[in-house]
Amino acid sequence: MAAKDLFQELKFRDPVRARALSEAIGHEVAALGRRVSVMHVCGSHEQAIARFGLRAVLPPDLELIMGPGCPVCVTDGPEVDEAVALAVQGARVCTYGDMLRLPGTARSLADAQAEGAKVDVVYSVSQALELAEKHPADEVVFLGSGFETTAVATAAVALANPPKNFSILSVHKYVPAAMNVVAESPETNIEGYIAAGHAAIITGWGIFEPFAARTGKPVVVAGFEPLDILAAILKLTELMRAGKPEVANVYPRCVTKEGNLAAQRSLWKVFRPVTGRWRGIAEVRDGNLDLTPEYAHLDARKRFRIDTSPVRDEEAEEAAKGCICGSIMLGLANPGDCALFGRACVPESPVGACMVSSEGQCRIWHTYGGVPDLRKVGT
Amino acid sequence: MCLGVPGKVLAIDGMSATVDFFGVRKELRLDIVDEPVSVGDYVLNHVGFAIRRIPPDEVQETLALFDQILDVSGAKADLMAADVRGEIAAAKHKE
Ligand code: SF4
Repeated sequence: MAAKDLFQELKFRDPVRARALSEAIGHEVAALGRRVSVMHVCGSHEQAIARFGLRAVLPPDLELIMGPGCPVCVTDGPEVDEAVALAVQGARVCTYGDMLRLPGTARSLADAQAEGAKVDVVYSVSQALELAEKHPADEVVFLGSGFETTAVATAAVALANPPKNFSILSVHKYVPAAMNVVAESPETNIEGYIAAGHAAIITGWGIFEPFAARTGKPVVVAGFEPLDILAAILKLTELMRAGKPEVANVYPRCVTKEGNLAAQRSLWKVFRPVTGRWRGIAEVRDGNLDLTPEYAHLDARKRFRIDTSPVRDEEAEEAAKGCICGSIMLGLANPGDCALFGRACVPESPVGACMVSSEGQCRIWHTYGGVPDLRKVGT
Repeated sequence: MCLGVPGKVLAIDGMSATVDFFGVRKELRLDIVDEPVSVGDYVLNHVGFAIRRIPPDEVQETLALFDQILDVSGAKADLMAADVRGEIAAAKHKE
């Protein structure tokens, strides 16, 4: 069967179903009888929402907001400084592509690379491992970013006896902590959460039950197709109307309650959650994933004396103060509220972290024409 | 980064599998996949690691979806397509 014909049969993009879902959401929100806000916490969800213009089919009284769902965006300036300092000190630093141009307090890894430091973009942590084997004279440091789905890959490599010249600088982040930050923010008016399907493949949807019970807000795990997302919103508004702070899984084709237990075991053998700063937000309790004492020998922070003073510049950090990424990630503002958006801050010369990564909300909105919420065009 | 691209398993050697992604062959690690994988299965890829074996009845839909993502006109400016392309292209330097 040709891809086109197959595509006609796809269950996940059928316009008739999309319309039915959108009408049902309208009905639920009308029954709620007030303005409500719900949040998703995933860059891939925002990509799909913006790309398919999903906000246009939602009722005007429903606000769909992106929360801190971009792990690159919440990587703090001083964390990037550590990687830049290591590169300047002569280590070979490997990292994922969207970390390259992420600014530290003053410089990015791309800047260090332009000045002659050894910086390699890798697609997978296993490529960093190959580089370590190929360059036995170099200290190869993998700057590991991403949420737990990505941290599991780093853990797998740590568990597989990497070569002696390989170490890890972890800036991995933990999704449930991101949701806590929003729920505990005093200004928040978020009444329900859409959780990211791919992180839940690993952790299972059960992990959100304590959150729902504690905050009294429902959580729905969703996939990345338009109908997945609309179905999740419908389920969420139903739970909101019924006053049930439960967890629902509308992505059962990938996510189970328990998740991938072997992957979780690997993750928690190598990493432990610690409190740390997230860019533009605050100290986040249990928000960062650090190597456990058992794997301290692979921890670049333990192995090297990292002196960030030559690459740090608190004054330059001041210059980025106009950036409101933090408020955007907490759902208190949107990119259009930033005076720099599309003017001083564009993907080619980003001011803030949210314009750097393909999962950053400012980057996504900029790519899809500034205001992907078509309900707001012309208002 | 979080999308995950599906591919068909062509061969398995210990913890490593040769997987076909839209005509591009690539080595994928099997350390963290949820179920035992055999030749002919489809798996979801996340940063070079198989994270899930796709149940056989969903394979067609998943494949058609990714075909479509890669196929959209103006895909250059499309971040989802760019992410998927990036994942697939990464395989190319290895050949
Ligand atoms: S447009 Fe740029 S400066 Fe403004 S909030 Fe977004 S990333 Fe920050």
